[in-house]
Amino acid sequence: MQITDTQKTTTVPDEPLIIGGREIKNRFFLGTGKSKSKDEVTACIVQPGIDVVTVALRRIDLERHEENILEYIPSNVILMTNTSGARNAAEAIRIARLARESGCGNWIKIEVINDSKYLLPDNQETIKATEVLAAEGFVVLPYISPDLYVARALVKAGAATVMPLGSLIGSNQGLKTKELIKILIDEIDVPIIVDAGIGLPSQACEAMEMGADAVLVNTAVATALHPAAVCQAFSLATQAGRLAYLSRMRSAQSSASASSPLTGFLYE
Amino acid sequence: MKIRLNGQDKEFTSQASLKQLIEESCRGNKHVIAEINGAIIKTTQWEQTSISDGDIVELVSFVGGG
Repeated sequence: MQITDTQKTTTVPDEPLIIGGREIKNRFFLGTGKSKSKDEVTACIVQPGIDVVTVALRRIDLERHEENILEYIPSNVILMTNTSGARNAAEAIRIARLARESGCGNWIKIEVINDSKYLLPDNQETIKATEVLAAEGFVVLPYISPDLYVARALVKAGAATVMPLGSLIGSNQGLKTKELIKILIDEIDVPIIVDAGIGLPSQACEAMEMGADAVLVNTAVATALHPAAVCQAFSLATQAGRLAYLSRMRSAQSSASASSPLTGFLYE
Repeated sequence: MKIRLNGQDKEFTSQASLKQLIEESCRGNKHVIAEINGAIIKTTQWEQTSISDGDIVELVSFVGGG
């Protein structure tokens, strides 16, 4: 049997994901924290072709002289520095300005947290930081608890995307805030990137099936027995979810619908 | 001369430029970002910026993070 070229085609048209003027091919973003080694970070990035990674900014340990994580991240990868450690807008702004001074880009994940038990972001301080940093030309990707009013304020403040949490950072609980994320996907015009709490590739897939534009995962990759393999799984799952979303799948039905013809039975 | 460097008190017996301080304390790190008394000091200014008694110096760089 001959398969035609048309029959071999499995892709559907997609709009490119553009953030800060850059086209992002891989909608799976990787956090580089908690890894067992820096070589592991490289392995996670290279095979699936990660386009965007997050890093943090800290005081240099002047006693230990460790190698810099940037030496392990390919130069074509976009660095998104998070403002982890910031307890308010002013501290986030300071971290962002320091990060940009490195010459490694101007993408900033605004993360303002002053609760150490739940690590929930302070949405109001995030809005304040976004207003200042967007005006200074940063590409701002704010991390928030999903809230429609906050998301609208962030868009008005100049955020490039909105990054609602799926569940608590590091918890691997999945998409606990699914219904709120769906509202943001429906109502907000900038890309929605689900960040925090995604624990399985199937959850990343689910977020993409809902219409999220990208997902960001750290703990689930770094804490796996085989992080590079899991990273590949996440990347594939993210692609699968995007393809399913673009294919406009039929929603769940309350009754059965036969998959085989209802005529021509042998036993009529 | 006493300064506060990355949260620790440090004593120096002689004058130093910011560039010297970074080269001695951050050996081999190619991505150092420097702040003195809350002001970011551009790389091109490191050599001509001297450290003064009482300065609060922060030398930061990138680490893994989510």
